[in-house]
Amino acid sequence: MQKLIAVLLMTGVIAVAQGQDTSDQADAVEAGSTSNGGQASLRGLTQLDVTKKADSFKRIPKDRSPYVSDYVYQPPLIPHRIRGYEISTNANKCLSCHSFRNARDAGATKISVTHYGTREGQVLSDVSPRRYFCLQCHVTQSDTALLIENDFKRVDSLR
Amino acid sequence: MKQLIKLFWKKLSSPSRAAAGLILGMGFTGGILFWGAFNTGMEATNTEAFCSACHAPIVAEVRETIHYSNRSGVRAICSDCHVPHPWTDKIVRKVQASKELVAYAMGTINTTEKFRERRGYLANREWQRMKENDSQECRNCHNFDYMDFSEQGRRSVVQHSTALASGEKTCVDCHKGISHRLPDMHGVEGW
Repeated sequence: MQKLIAVLLMTGVIAVAQGQDTSDQADAVEAGSTSNGGQASLRGLTQLDVTKKADSFKRIPKDRSPYVSDYVYQPPLIPHRIRGYEISTNANKCLSCHSFRNARDAGATKISVTHYGTREGQVLSDVSPRRYFCLQCHVTQSDTALLIENDFKRVDSLR
Repeated sequence: MKQLIKLFWKKLSSPSRAAAGLILGMGFTGGILFWGAFNTGMEATNTEAFCSACHAPIVAEVRETIHYSNRSGVRAICSDCHVPHPWTDKIVRKVQASKELVAYAMGTINTTEKFRERRGYLANREWQRMKENDSQECRNCHNFDYMDFSEQGRRSVVQHSTALASGEKTCVDCHKGISHRLPDMHGVEGW
């Protein structure tokens, strides 16, 4: 019986010591010997092994004029809300206004002819599968604060 | 036997000894009970749980759409859009829907694959129904006369003030799949 108690006590002591050990490590990481090298990124100063709390959603204006492009060949921004717009193998809600067929009646911007080409430059009869998923390049516009301060300037032709 | 029928007929043809008030009262209570039970039964077939017994994949899709989750907490459930609200139309639709019990028994859409296969047919039938009744179920809540164009997006104003106002188009002509994912849209007008 005494032996048993001794064993239990020992394991207890070891467990407590180990517990302190790990909390010490956590403190050390927080104190500055960071796993992200002290670099702030789009995630902020978050540790690599920590999941940062998600930012709140940006408010998307309902229907505005499109913002001016920031660089040549920038995929134009989407100047309206797109909640619930389906893009799947069955349907593409964007193309129901922006396709060559529908753009004029809908008064929408027509997708550019580049969307009909393969990677090798061959022109297809319909939108190329690699350009079918609009939101891969085009995103909704919203006037928000810069994620990171920078001194980027547009090229002369776009200013 | 003949005696018995004769007795029964006599009972029917001679005035009852029960007071007229009692007979009326019984009829009245019976009527209320029947109507209550009928209505409760019909309401039971309007619940989300009832619909999802067969149409489970669709009911799940509604959850991320504006008619289910939105800032102000208003919610439209299946029956708000798929069952007419005026009583006569509702009964007509419910009787038509009794055909769906056969489909249930035959297991027409009892797997996701079967459902996907049949989705185009089901969607087209519903679009046609709403086209014929001028999107009545939309208009139960969205009254054209109450629309404030200054609060709408520019794209909406263009369509609503022309095609919708003139009656040339009805809601469902443009607003397809607003609460569900769409079937294969090849060949559908405007897609």
